[in-house]
Amino acid sequence: MIIPLRWQLLELQDAYIAAIDDDRLEDWPRFFTDNALYEIIPKENEDLSLPAPILRCDNAAMMRDRVASLRHANIFEQPTYRHMISGLRVLEETGETAVMRTNYLVVNTSLEGSTSVYQAGIYKDVVVRTEAGWKFREKRVVYDTSRVQTLLAYPI
Amino acid sequence: MAETAPITQDVLDIRFPRRDGSRIPYAVFNSAEVYALEQERIFRGPTWSFLGLEAEIPEPGDYKRSYVGETPVVMTRAKDGELAAWVNRCSHRGAEICRKTRGNSVVHTCVYHQWSFSAKGDLQGVPFRRGQRDQTGMPPDFDVKDHGLRKLRVESYRGLVFGSFSETVAPLADYIGPQMRPYIDRIFNRPIEYLGCTRQFSNSNWKLYLENVKDPYHASLLHLFHTTFNILRVGMQATTTTDATGLHSALLVVKNAEDNAEGYKAQNIRTYQDGFRLEDSSVLDMVQEYEELSTNHIQPIFPQLVIQQIHNTLVARQIIAKAHDKFELVFHFFGYTDDTPQLRAMRIKQANLVGPAGYISMEDTEATELVQRGITGHGRAASIVDMSRHKPDETATMISEGLVRRFWEGYRQLMGFAAEETL
Ligand code: FES
Ligand SMILES: [Fe+2]
Repeated sequence: MIIPLRWQLLELQDAYIAAIDDDRLEDWPRFFTDNALYEIIPKENEDLSLPAPILRCDNAAMMRDRVASLRHANIFEQPTYRHMISGLRVLEETGETAVMRTNYLVVNTSLEGSTSVYQAGIYKDVVVRTEAGWKFREKRVVYDTSRVQTLLAYPI
Repeated sequence: MAETAPITQDVLDIRFPRRDGSRIPYAVFNSAEVYALEQERIFRGPTWSFLGLEAEIPEPGDYKRSYVGETPVVMTRAKDGELAAWVNRCSHRGAEICRKTRGNSVVHTCVYHQWSFSAKGDLQGVPFRRGQRDQTGMPPDFDVKDHGLRKLRVESYRGLVFGSFSETVAPLADYIGPQMRPYIDRIFNRPIEYLGCTRQFSNSNWKLYLENVKDPYHASLLHLFHTTFNILRVGMQATTTTDATGLHSALLVVKNAEDNAEGYKAQNIRTYQDGFRLEDSSVLDMVQEYEELSTNHIQPIFPQLVIQQIHNTLVARQIIAKAHDKFELVFHFFGYTDDTPQLRAMRIKQANLVGPAGYISMEDTEATELVQRGITGHGRAASIVDMSRHKPDETATMISEGLVRRFWEGYRQLMGFAAEETL
């Protein structure tokens, strides 16, 4: 059976957000190629072509370091994220690579039990087909919610 | 700066148990009345508040919205290249005029009745001022010269732009003071380029953050990044300095002079056999850019600015008070215009260390929020700020709360709060 490309890419995004929402952070770097770029940057800077990010890993090793630091070094209130994604658009596609953008919304639930919108934005992704399936070669998370509430620990 | 007369009848009944800044009544963090009084005595009082970087508004007509305390202001560069700032409130009936975060325009027009103002805040045009046909306009005694926007005093020190509502505060360079200027001069020693900003919002009092940046005691205890990854930091020398008021301060952490940047790097990646290690330690690389090989330069200029150099990241942090239990932090990242592409890339990579998601900074707002929650309902209780209190001259140490004490004594005097202890 030939699975349409759009379906394959949605499956990738769904698996990606499930890993974060289920707190399987150790799986998170595996969605990327070894030399992938993962960046979270406010739309405010992106619109002005200014480079300052809040988080930037330029390879998967840095992503694994991030996870190790979150698990063992950093102190923060454990977030409970739920990611919602919509509006996936494939902008370019060669069969082996695809460029796409997807809206996301992350709500967070505090220990005390209130849920609030933590962040809204878009994923700007470049994905490549590998032997292990589609992987992100670049995932740039451009967020609209420029005011980050308290801190950002977990990836988006 | 201590020109505020003490409140004779202390309506707020805020009392500092001691006169040395070592006991802080929690009411200063969780009282809306104290917050309101701070707006008057600090932000609209004899201080200079950091508004932004000149590098953010390099061209004539460039503007950026900013704040002095809770008051929204706009900083601009006028046609003649001069800096200006005004309250973002139309002189007609109070509407917000400037509605974009940044932009370029030499005219600012209020949308409500289209009164228009120059970049310096002067009223230039009033629609139907002389009426129309047989309809009347403004009265004959109406003079546009009398109805400009509320202007602030504006000065720049080495590209850092400050505004003040006070007619009496000393010129900016004197306000910063002779102890603090050399520290600013070392960072702002050549033209800079603005690299963008990130923003963080905290449900805690703005002074808890100022305390935090004056508190080297917490550095190795709250931030466990270096310890966890066995990153050795031997031979570090700390220096702490304040200005005469105690409100501004500088913390400089320097690697011993005999070691160069390469030696520092080699030491950084040395790890123990057991425990955790970074797979990619490039985030901790460092290039020596100043006379001293400083890993950390943290310098709050009261009330709204913290200058930061950590490794090769350069940031002007702006603290914006929003309520007694809320503040916003804006991290203005910058580099030098003569950065090599490699050095610029390094600065961007090291953004991972600082800011809202920073490896060695994310805990700070977590801690200030823990305090804010912990002190709720306990305005009469006070914190204990005693570390190295009996050794006030020991300034070359991280294990001290000396800067915090100096700060609170300066704050107490500026606010006119009483101390129970008599000396
Ligand atoms: S309120 Fe601004 S023009 Fe009327
Ligand atoms: Fe800290």
